[in-house]
Amino acid sequence: MTSMNDSPKPFRVPSGTRDSRRHTPKVEMKGLYQRAVKESFVKLDPRIQVRNPVMFVVWVGTLVTLLLTFDPNLFGTLQADVNQQRLLNGLITFILLFTIVFANFAESVAEGRGKAQADALRATRSDTIAKKILPTGSVQEISSTELRRGDLVKVVAGDMIPADGEIIAGIGSVDESAITGESAPVLKQPGTDIMSSVTGGTRLLSDELTVRITADPGQGFIDRMIALVEGAERTKTPNEIALTVLLAVLTLVFLIVVANIPPITGYVASFLSTATSEQAAADLRNGASVAIMISLLVALIPTTIGGLLSAIGIAGMDRVAQFNVIATSGRAVEACGDINTLVLDKTGTITLGNRLAAEFIPVNGHGMEDVAQVALDASVFDETPEGRSIVALAERSGAKVSFDPKLAEGVEFSARTRMSGTDLDSKEIRKGAVDAIRGFVRSRGGHVPPTLDEAYERVSKLGGTPLAVCQNNEIYGVIYLKDIVKPGLKERFDQLRRMGVRTIMLTGDNRITASVIAQEAGVDDFIAEATPEDKIEVIRSEQAQGKLVAMTGDGTNDAPALAQANVGLAMNSGTQAAKEAANMVDLDSDPTKLIDLVTIGKQLLITRGALTTFSVANDIAKYFAIIPTIFAAAGIGALNVMGLKSANSAIISALIYNALIILVLIPLALKGVQFRPLTADQLLRRNILIYGVGGVIAPFIAIKLIDVILPFS
Amino acid sequence: MLQGWIQIVLTLLILVAITPFFGRYMARVFQEQRTILDPILNPVERFLYSLVGVRAKEDMTGWQYARAILYCNVVMGVLIFSIIMFQQFLPLNPTGIPAPTWDTALHTTISFITNTNQQHYSGETYLSYASQMWGLGYHMFTSAATGLAVGIAFIRGLTGRPLGNFYVDLIRAITRVLLPISIVGAIVLIAAGVPETLAGPAIVPTLEDPAISQAIARGPVAHFEIIKNLGENGGGFFAINSAHPFENPNGLTNLITLVSILSIPTSLIYTYGIFANNIKQAWLVYSIPFVILVGFIIITAIGEYNGNPAVNALLGVDQAPNLEGKEVRFGWAQSALFAVITTASMCGAVNSLHDSFMPNGGFSTLSNLFLQIVFGGQGTGTAYLFAYLILAVFITGLMVGRTPEFLGRKIEKREVVLASFLILLVHPIAILIPGAIALAFPDQLAGISNPGFHGLSQVIYEYASAAANNGSGFEGLGDSQPSPIAIAGGATTSATALWWNLSTCFSLLAGRYVPIAALLLLADSMARKQPVPATTGTLRTDTGLFTGVTIGVILILGALEFFPVLALGPIAEAFQIARGIG
Repeated sequence: MTSMNDSPKPFRVPSGTRDSRRHTPKVEMKGLYQRAVKESFVKLDPRIQVRNPVMFVVWVGTLVTLLLTFDPNLFGTLQADVNQQRLLNGLITFILLFTIVFANFAESVAEGRGKAQADALRATRSDTIAKKILPTGSVQEISSTELRRGDLVKVVAGDMIPADGEIIAGIGSVDESAITGESAPVLKQPGTDIMSSVTGGTRLLSDELTVRITADPGQGFIDRMIALVEGAERTKTPNEIALTVLLAVLTLVFLIVVANIPPITGYVASFLSTATSEQAAADLRNGASVAIMISLLVALIPTTIGGLLSAIGIAGMDRVAQFNVIATSGRAVEACGDINTLVLDKTGTITLGNRLAAEFIPVNGHGMEDVAQVALDASVFDETPEGRSIVALAERSGAKVSFDPKLAEGVEFSARTRMSGTDLDSKEIRKGAVDAIRGFVRSRGGHVPPTLDEAYERVSKLGGTPLAVCQNNEIYGVIYLKDIVKPGLKERFDQLRRMGVRTIMLTGDNRITASVIAQEAGVDDFIAEATPEDKIEVIRSEQAQGKLVAMTGDGTNDAPALAQANVGLAMNSGTQAAKEAANMVDLDSDPTKLIDLVTIGKQLLITRGALTTFSVANDIAKYFAIIPTIFAAAGIGALNVMGLKSANSAIISALIYNALIILVLIPLALKGVQFRPLTADQLLRRNILIYGVGGVIAPFIAIKLIDVILPFS
Repeated sequence: MLQGWIQIVLTLLILVAITPFFGRYMARVFQEQRTILDPILNPVERFLYSLVGVRAKEDMTGWQYARAILYCNVVMGVLIFSIIMFQQFLPLNPTGIPAPTWDTALHTTISFITNTNQQHYSGETYLSYASQMWGLGYHMFTSAATGLAVGIAFIRGLTGRPLGNFYVDLIRAITRVLLPISIVGAIVLIAAGVPETLAGPAIVPTLEDPAISQAIARGPVAHFEIIKNLGENGGGFFAINSAHPFENPNGLTNLITLVSILSIPTSLIYTYGIFANNIKQAWLVYSIPFVILVGFIIITAIGEYNGNPAVNALLGVDQAPNLEGKEVRFGWAQSALFAVITTASMCGAVNSLHDSFMPNGGFSTLSNLFLQIVFGGQGTGTAYLFAYLILAVFITGLMVGRTPEFLGRKIEKREVVLASFLILLVHPIAILIPGAIALAFPDQLAGISNPGFHGLSQVIYEYASAAANNGSGFEGLGDSQPSPIAIAGGATTSATALWWNLSTCFSLLAGRYVPIAALLLLADSMARKQPVPATTGTLRTDTGLFTGVTIGVILILGALEFFPVLALGPIAEAFQIARGIG
């Protein structure tokens, strides 16, 4: 960010709709499910299960019911047919096993996508031959794995770039599709702060570059990406930890509740044996048998969310990756949902990087056609998007190039003159900053008409950039260059506002221009005439109020602000320093993605909350299925509101529901709950209705249905 | 019937009406603003602070606050235990009662310092006036003030303030809240007919035969009575508590009792509203326990009004109120109301025998003890209620797509650990585990008078009452040692009473100090958080929707864990009676 506004930024204008750009580059998805199925059985290893307290309880329960399948009287003799007990315990064991397998499957599918992506990336990292430049100046061919930080290498067209580095000489276009999936090559050149860094594994298409290596083998950008998408460095996020704790406590609570049922029923049974009948007492004791208590426990503990929790987290990271953004941690993704303030650069983020000609304003008594003609003549050799937009506007106004371009000579723009134009015979045609043109005309003995200032002010007040055009010492008029706010951005800022996210625009423009753009784009606040130091200042002052701030950046002088922000999104086209300071890197270098990231972060949290609520709400139905039927001998059969056939049928139905619901909810866990840009109250109302009330009702219906289908008596 | 319901509605209306006034007064007291008692009390307090060396302006951390409570309670415990064990050497023992058994004294001590007042003794025959006044009466003030201090410290932390100083809060709770009201209340009770005397039992000739005389127990009852209710202590001067005509002689005293029982836990929610500067939220939070309370009153009152079908069949009527174990001067309505309010509020005073209620009553009173937030204990009930709110925010708050926040403070791992531990885990451990042990050995340990579903309720109720620091009894258990006089006369001590005294001590202590420490640490960690400004993306906790969500969370998390015992206890009993077996 050497300048905020004046230099056009080399960003890639994203093509197509956002969804069409959601792609995973060269990822082999075939066989994903087969591998996941295999993985889900491998993950039955207790060393893996013990990491998830909820599922570990199920795992231990399965082991106990397995033993009880072989010997139903292991924990005391039951007054029931042994073979029938074996069958029941065997069924329970089978369903419990699949409850764990389904949970494993969810995690495996989520991991599989990341692994596939990592494999695709790894393929690009295969050893290449690097042309190392020795201190003597000669070139030695070595394996890319032998390169060390600080080495200089030469890369010629067609070569794979051997490792991450900084271009120190040469200009060339690089195919970065291996990491970005974008097929259009990117122009890279040294010394421009941005665009001078190259990534190992990408291919140089033209020319020749000298690159200074900035990463040792195995620590390059792609290596870090692989580690991240593979989940090797996955640590639980703060919310996930807090939720795991709650689920563990709930599990412990129900463990205590269920463990205390046998002695309590034992007391009631001994009363029933004298008050009612021996049969009733035996039935009640059977209802509190160990296998049934384990079933009750598994039904009550939050297995739905417990089984899907890690899949939700991995899938959230994966969704970010599908947007072609690499997050350094799940924590950063989660923080996106909590963002209160977005700090956005005007140029390239809010407006298109290039201003476009919108209007010609004649001064000095000239006609519109004259201005258009002079502007066209001045811009014939201007290849910048701004120049081309002037040509297009002039041609629409009816102007035609009045000379043979071969006879004319283009005058390049320079920061010193702040003008560009065309020299033709005796004519000097110029366009440029109003001050610069004013000086140019004066130096040629011309005079400056007073209407020029009016036109200048008018354009400024519209939020545009005025360019004056002149021919020799005669000023013809002013070109109104308009900043174009990216289409659809205003609506997205409105959505953000509804979600409680404030946007602050930073720009190098003056206050008047800035306020017009701010109004047009619909941002909440703006800082005009901003310096890079202002950026970090804004972030600090927002954070001092307890807010979480996200920002984008690409230059080396953005690095401190990227590090200070709670979410810093660096552009892949940016410098190494920016990428290292940020906690996310956008491979497409599209700063508006920050808005998508906020949505993804929120979606991740909502999915977790929704499935937790659903899981907890399910307990009511499971209680009403199991308790009245297993305690039927105590005369509370009337509580069996679902009219389930028997205790065994109720237990098996509840357990089948419990296992299947995990399978049914896997797509939701992986895709995430559909996000709507609503206020918190609207979101709560909606989600409580679906996942809270739905979570109470759904299992009543499902368990009843399963009970009807099951061939139990 | 109508009259009964009118009594119930009027009592509730009075409670709601005094809430803002009393709530505002307590906020003034604990925000150290000027109150009308300042001129008298400020010098007294300054003297007390300098006497014990308390630096009044010094705020405590959560741990310091909890430690101060613990030390203070240990000292008080030693004091009560010594007074009871040495009562025969102390004055004010007109009937010359020797020391009760050590386990009775220990249980009584722990029961009174924990603000529970579970009584495995009868005041008339076990304790001297000195034990009642100096041992128990004094701790009715300090244990209630301790709970109130915890509630205030919790509110302070939740609203981002330092927790305050325990000793200052304790003293202010006594001097500004409990003592002034008790003085006025005791005088009113005396006027209404409650005795206050140091004279021994009155010996009077009986009406039937003037030649035979009868000893009528009496004593310094009035002052004991008011703090028993106001401080949600509930330990009666006499064995039968507020059913005794000297404790609760008439409808007026009954009304005073009910209002004073609920006045502090209801008003404290309003106090929160002033601290949080959000009265609307206070009323919404208030509505949560209020709705549950009204629900339980209706369930209980209908059961008592309809009476026992088996008894009604014998009487040859379709419907007659269940008056077994009730004082006729209170009838079914005020007995049902009293039973629900006393269990809801963790007072534990009783004006009828809970054991004799229909299963509806057993269900409501047990559920109150399980939930602990239907206004709940002095100070702690309000704190529990907000801990539930925090848990509801955490579970449902994620669904708005942000890290859950309560009052702008993020709910993270530490808060979830403390809140879930406090609300979900302690109670089942303190109730179900000893309950299951007692039921596994019903004859050796429990001494249940009514075997079956009702016996199950009796056992579970006793532990629930202890763990919730309520103190009321379902009764019907072999939980009392013989009186000291009887033991002196050669009676043998009972094994079941020993079990009950010791096992309930575990529930009493676990149910009191673990949650208090967790509450204070929770408040401390909330207070230290950087508040996040609210936006439209922030989950609002002061809406009807969120209040409804909280009720759902309370019922699912708080009540479902006890569903199996409710099913085998009062619910099974209700079905049994409906089938006409009971």
